[in-house]
Amino acid sequence: MSGPPARPLGAEARAEIARLVGLYEHRQSALLPALFVAQREHGYLSPEALAGVAEALDLPVSEVASVASFYRLFYLKPVGRHVIQVCTNLACMLNGCAAVVRRFGERLGVASGETTADGRFTLRTVECLAACEEAPAVLVDEDRWARVTPGDIDRLLERYP
Amino acid sequence: MTTFAMPESIVLRWAQTPGMTELEPYRRAGGYEAARRVAAGELAPEAVIEALVASGLRGKGGAGFPTGQKWKFIPRQAPVTYVVVNGDEGEPCTFKDRTLLEGAPHLLIEGVLIAALTVGARKAYVYLRREFYRARRTLEAALEQARAAGLVGRGVFGSARDVEIVVHSGAGAYIAGEETALLESLEGRRALPRLRPPFPAQAGLYQRPTLLNNVETLCHVPVILTLGPERYKDYGPPALFSVSGHVVRPGVYEAPLGVKLRSLIFDYAGGLRPGRRFKAAFPGGSSSMPLVADHLDVPMDYDSLRVLGSMLGSAAVIVIDDSADMVEIIARTVEFYREESCGKCTPCREGTIWATQVLERILHGRGRPEDLALLEGIARGMTGTCFCPLGESVPPSLVASLRHFRDEYERYIAGATRGH
Repeated sequence: MSGPPARPLGAEARAEIARLVGLYEHRQSALLPALFVAQREHGYLSPEALAGVAEALDLPVSEVASVASFYRLFYLKPVGRHVIQVCTNLACMLNGCAAVVRRFGERLGVASGETTADGRFTLRTVECLAACEEAPAVLVDEDRWARVTPGDIDRLLERYP
Repeated sequence: MTTFAMPESIVLRWAQTPGMTELEPYRRAGGYEAARRVAAGELAPEAVIEALVASGLRGKGGAGFPTGQKWKFIPRQAPVTYVVVNGDEGEPCTFKDRTLLEGAPHLLIEGVLIAALTVGARKAYVYLRREFYRARRTLEAALEQARAAGLVGRGVFGSARDVEIVVHSGAGAYIAGEETALLESLEGRRALPRLRPPFPAQAGLYQRPTLLNNVETLCHVPVILTLGPERYKDYGPPALFSVSGHVVRPGVYEAPLGVKLRSLIFDYAGGLRPGRRFKAAFPGGSSSMPLVADHLDVPMDYDSLRVLGSMLGSAAVIVIDDSADMVEIIARTVEFYREESCGKCTPCREGTIWATQVLERILHGRGRPEDLALLEGIARGMTGTCFCPLGESVPPSLVASLRHFRDEYERYIAGATRGH
């Protein structure tokens, strides 16, 4: 990397954060949504992105980093272009998610929490997605896939270049 | 043999009728009429609350607190009051709120409007868990329609009352479903539970009086006002059960409170898979004490389950047949709470780690005979010693499994390998 950019967040992101602040009585309420704005722009919450959010909300960087590190869906390290979340809680466990996790791992050559070498996918096993009538359930980015079997996985991955 | 006819539903039907994500079909079916009557002053706040009290409605998020009483606790004449909707549905195997959000967003919006108009709130926040992408898109689109029609925003239903509704998303934390942790999260902090009292009704969001209700709870409100509490109660009163696991037709079912566990599994959800026998079921999410075959005729209601030492909780029925390994299931459950413990209280933070270690070594053939007493001791140490219900969620299933399925633990300790 050739040093941080002049401004940690782009004008569009800062405008979006300013709009979010207006929705709440206290500006810190906009922190979680603002972190998602920064994460979308940077791909993950880099130190620059955290500093940018802190500046936009007039909060200490330490507070922003503390909050970001508490929640599972804020990424403090780079992730793949697509994030695969495989539910492994009870309903999915009882319906065979272990074979689905294994097949994803073999096909991508990564373990849960890892990213493929080409930066295309990050694989994560996660807690209940509240889609238990569709067990085993998988989220790829914002798409929910129902009753996924190991045999579905090649076709599923093709949809996410 | 008679065939089972599922009773008519009065809440879930809104989510099961095609088109109900759109404003016009919802209004044509009578939707928003209850909210209009409240906005127009035809139904006074006292009358709304009386109807809720008479209906017997209790909070559907898990705690089961009487809803009418909760609404009554909100002080009148406060300068600012908020309504906050708990849509952080994270209790394992609970998916009724997601079903309502995806199928009947206007029913929730109408419930929120009635709540806000009744307690005098001008602003409501709907806290949805982040993973509810489809639910969030559906709800945002429905809110746009309601705003354009003058039902949300300035001067709702042509009245002088403003009600703004903001959708807020979480970021992945089970503990945020606990109501005071949710408020912390909504204020932009780590989702750590607050000491109670003060309760949110006195000092909630930004220390203002806050009415906090679950998605399903608010979806019952327009139905109660439309039918009247007596007719509503004739339906059970109704409850939404999320039935999952080893059943032929997993799904959300509306059934009268007090329905038998047997009926939920074998009538509503199509029974077990061919050749399988019933082994156990969690009646109210993985925080509830699991039931066994002796309990199949227990009525699924608050009191009957409490007497057994279990609970209705979020009414998430997780069905387990005889193909499952109970030690693996309990280990997975405890691991969940270990992952989700916020770390504030020692018994929860350390107890979940310790119990997971013991269960893992049992599963890997390194268990010791004294481990079972050790697990019971850990469970005892976590009972009544934690700030919020998370730590209290581990002992019921752990202890019940040690009672009902002790032989499975003992087989592992005697040297059996996984899967026997």
